[in-house]
Amino acid sequence: MKALALAMRMLMREWKSGELGVLVLAITVAVSALTGVGFLVDRIGIAVDNQAGEVLAADVVLESGQVMDDKAVDEAKRRGLRTARKTGLFSVVFNGDASQLSSLRAVSAEYPLRGQVKLSDQPFGNPEFATGIPARGEVWPESRLAAALGANVGTQLNIGASTFRVSRILISRPDQGATFLELAPSLVMNEEDLPATDLIQPGSRLRRAQLFAGERSEIADFKKWLETNKKPNEEIEDVEDSAPQIKSAIDRSARFLRIASLVAVLLCAIAVAMAARRYVQRHLDSVALLKTLGATRGFVLTVSLSQLVVIGLSAAILGSLIGFVTQSWLVQLLSGWLRGDLPPPGLAPLGVGFLTAIAVLGGCALPPLLQLSRTPALRVLRRDVGPPPPMVILAFGPAVLAIAFLIWWVMRDVKVFAAFTVGLAAFVLVVAVAGWLLVKLTTRLRGGVGVSWRYGIANLGRRRTESIVQLSAFALGIMMLLVLTVVRNDLLGDWRRSLPADTPNFFFINIPSDESREFATFLEERGAEEVRVRPMVRARMTHINGKAVEDIQFETQRGRGFANRDQNITWSGELNRDNEITAGKWFSAEDAGKPLVSVSTEYFEELKLKLGDTLTFDVAGETQTAAVSSVRKVKWDSFQPNFFLIFAPGLLDGTQGTYMTAVHMDARNPKTIGDLVRRFPSVSVFNVDDLLAQVRSVIDKALAAVQSVFLFTLMAGLVVLIAAVQASRDERRYESAMLRTLGARRGTVLKGLLSEFAMLGVLSGTLAATGASIAGMYIARKVLQIPYEFDPWVWFYGLVGGGLLVCVAGWLATRSVVNQPPLLTLRGA
Amino acid sequence: MSVLKAESLTKKVTSPEGMLTIVNDVSLDIAAGESVAIVGASGAGKSTLLALLAGLDSPTSGRVTLAGADLTALDEDGRARLRAERVGFVFQSFHLVPSLTALENVMLPLELAGRRDARAAAQETLGRVGLAQRTGHYPRQLSGGEQQRVALARAFVTRPAVLFADEPTGNLDTNTGEKIVSLLFDLNSQSLTTLVLVTHDRAVAARCGRLLQMDSGMLK
Ligand SMILES: Nc1ncnc2c1ncn2[C@@H]1O[C@H](COP(=O)(O)OP(=O)(O)OP(=O)(O)O)[C@@H](O)[C@H]1O
Ligand SMILES: [Mg+2]
Repeated sequence: MKALALAMRMLMREWKSGELGVLVLAITVAVSALTGVGFLVDRIGIAVDNQAGEVLAADVVLESGQVMDDKAVDEAKRRGLRTARKTGLFSVVFNGDASQLSSLRAVSAEYPLRGQVKLSDQPFGNPEFATGIPARGEVWPESRLAAALGANVGTQLNIGASTFRVSRILISRPDQGATFLELAPSLVMNEEDLPATDLIQPGSRLRRAQLFAGERSEIADFKKWLETNKKPNEEIEDVEDSAPQIKSAIDRSARFLRIASLVAVLLCAIAVAMAARRYVQRHLDSVALLKTLGATRGFVLTVSLSQLVVIGLSAAILGSLIGFVTQSWLVQLLSGWLRGDLPPPGLAPLGVGFLTAIAVLGGCALPPLLQLSRTPALRVLRRDVGPPPPMVILAFGPAVLAIAFLIWWVMRDVKVFAAFTVGLAAFVLVVAVAGWLLVKLTTRLRGGVGVSWRYGIANLGRRRTESIVQLSAFALGIMMLLVLTVVRNDLLGDWRRSLPADTPNFFFINIPSDESREFATFLEERGAEEVRVRPMVRARMTHINGKAVEDIQFETQRGRGFANRDQNITWSGELNRDNEITAGKWFSAEDAGKPLVSVSTEYFEELKLKLGDTLTFDVAGETQTAAVSSVRKVKWDSFQPNFFLIFAPGLLDGTQGTYMTAVHMDARNPKTIGDLVRRFPSVSVFNVDDLLAQVRSVIDKALAAVQSVFLFTLMAGLVVLIAAVQASRDERRYESAMLRTLGARRGTVLKGLLSEFAMLGVLSGTLAATGASIAGMYIARKVLQIPYEFDPWVWFYGLVGGGLLVCVAGWLATRSVVNQPPLLTLRGA
Repeated sequence: MSVLKAESLTKKVTSPEGMLTIVNDVSLDIAAGESVAIVGASGAGKSTLLALLAGLDSPTSGRVTLAGADLTALDEDGRARLRAERVGFVFQSFHLVPSLTALENVMLPLELAGRRDARAAAQETLGRVGLAQRTGHYPRQLSGGEQQRVALARAFVTRPAVLFADEPTGNLDTNTGEKIVSLLFDLNSQSLTTLVLVTHDRAVAARCGRLLQMDSGMLK
């Protein structure tokens, strides 16, 4: 009680005297950065999730090949979710004599629950948003269906036993998918018209689906309910299956955000550690005095711990408030860019921010504080005695643990976690060794330079530990700032550039082999550049390692899908630039004609394959067995034609396949596409402009978030610099007063201080630039999988900017030291 | 009756030049109420001896008995508790807690010893050193002499059995120093405290009852 009262009294007083400024600032900025980042990531995460929903036209879709009862729908309604139905089936559509196989989509009035249907008044025409679904007796055929049938608005189409009027032309629907497995053009109709067509017969192949949408948390609960309560023949549809491009972009943006918040966390940890260090230095005398006057170690510990708790709590509360307010303001600022409103934030980031603050405080501030209580009373007589050096594991263990925990918490990925921890440890080690070398070197330099330099250099050498600690803090701080400014800009640019304006937006599937050359020429004559066609054929897996797939239990639904559904496959000796081999070897020239297959990582993992496993396929009626020779990580969101399965060149040359290609064309030029569909009626045209727009919007959202995270992190970085400079300020103050008492002119003292900071700045800038380049490379290549070009400016900013920043920060912090009359300083004022 | 007794007190430290003996086989016995001055050249080991006698440091060998307790048998916290009850300190630089007022600084040892009348006692002692009007001031708002008077009040407020002082006038001008010394001896005679004082000042030493000359770690 006594200790508490004393602790609070001292705390109040120290607060008034500005003594606690840096520590409170460090924790406040740390918490506000973490909660602010948390809020933003949360809100943008929800927005990105909603984006994913648009690919399904719902948040969750339950599918079945059989008649579905209303159990799930009733449950969803009970939970306040919105629902809709759709039924898919294949049927031939007639316009007089013209006929075309079509994929019919009979939908209920609520369709779509997410995203929008786009319509036009002519095939490939300018799109407008649809309101509602086709009226009874009316249908919306897709452009290429209308083109193939020679139909237009007003045309009467025969489907089964009924006749329908074309009221609009379908340009796109949110759930059209992008796997190019469904080649038949689609037609949207009202589900109430379906019975009259007489198409629903026992044995007819129907896909029925129930669509659900609602609040994020409700949906998550409902999805869990579905997983346990759905029937065996029912499947929950996944974004991954229908549009791997979106899934890929979402994952990448999540990783980007996580790295940005991680940098914020790390910077905050350094800032808090440095501030705590200074707090300890400033309190050594008081603790020694308290002990001399009879305070026990427990008492001293209670005093400093309760101070830490109060400081931590108030700074955390203040920080969360600032974090909350700032992110709202940022969202306002970014609202134009984010295209549409962000959902309101949840409260979880508050908890996470607090938790992080506790981890950072516990790891980085607690050990030095515990150490403080071990200051011997003897210090009152001998100023040079401090607390006994702690065991290394106690001094750094908690900080390492806390930081490791935070990295894990943020990244949740073993490989990335290991790389980050090891990389960070290595960097700190290198910096410490460099600091030690510098100290060594400067001791030698001493004789050859002027008095102020000698003083500055001597300082570095004498405060050995302090110099090394400072150098590490500066180097880490500047490195993080470099990663955040230069590297971040490069990465963002590279990512955006990965979807340039000429990204393919039209995919052409099913090009007959004898027409492929002609097809390419047709496109090239109309402005498409270098049209490259590649073979494509349908295949269905029959055996894995000689065991029939029907007899294999797959753990995931996705795995079952891979095993049981048709796949588009190709064969090629050339590896696409957006494919990266993660295991095995890509086909060499000698592999031509050998029974080998390269699989994508998704395929490899879901089916639990190993290199060398043999897969047997039914390829266009022929049995083909091939051994897995390599695994490819595919960047699906590059929008280049990509395949789960690629066979060795030559192997399937005899197969009756077709060709496919992807090109960029102006979608607002309906004539070209219309001509093309009439000229090559068997070719299936897929326009992915909507999907591209969605991926671009995901990228934009992530970019906006990263930009705002940057603001918070910049604050943390500056606090690190201030804290690092402050840490040695007191000693400097005393020394410079001494020097001036001895007759040194202000200029001399100032030059001495500046030369010391200049040395620190240049060295830490160099180290930081190196670290930032390596970190940027790693993040780009391994975490984000985007190309990274080394940016020499990092060095410029690191060296010049870092050196200057340290000098200015150092000068600002010690300016008063030099300007104060020496007597005042020596008297301890 | 002996209140402070040292037997063959030795302190060795390791330095870059090898093992150094800074206090060498010192024995002494100080009776209650005595005032003892320790004098000697700079570096003779006076401060080190004082630290050992007060239990701020532990000897390499030998024994210290303070107010009936064997310091060498106590752990750090035990010695701290003993100091809280029986020992007072005055230092060369005044060592006040900068974040506490004059009054709070004087209350500190009372509070640490668990006394309830801390405020009243502190107020009264501050009055005795002539600072009744300055109780609410912070150390930085006081002159050097005033700070040292606060330190004196803080040292005497617990009515310690032994008061240790290490060059209490070292940082003050002659005039102020003399006033502080007078105050020190006045308080000492009022409260019957045993005084152990390290000083360079012959005049100060002369006011003590006994003079111990220290040279290269040994008492002569
Ligand atoms: N822990 C230590 N390590 C190394 N040397 C020490 C240590 N403690 C004391 N010394 C040395 O022992 C000697 C005695 O120191 P001490 O402070 O006791 O001297 P002093 O008599 O009080 O001197 P002064 O009158 O200048 O205050 C000095 O030379 C000092 O440098
Ligand atoms: Mg001394």
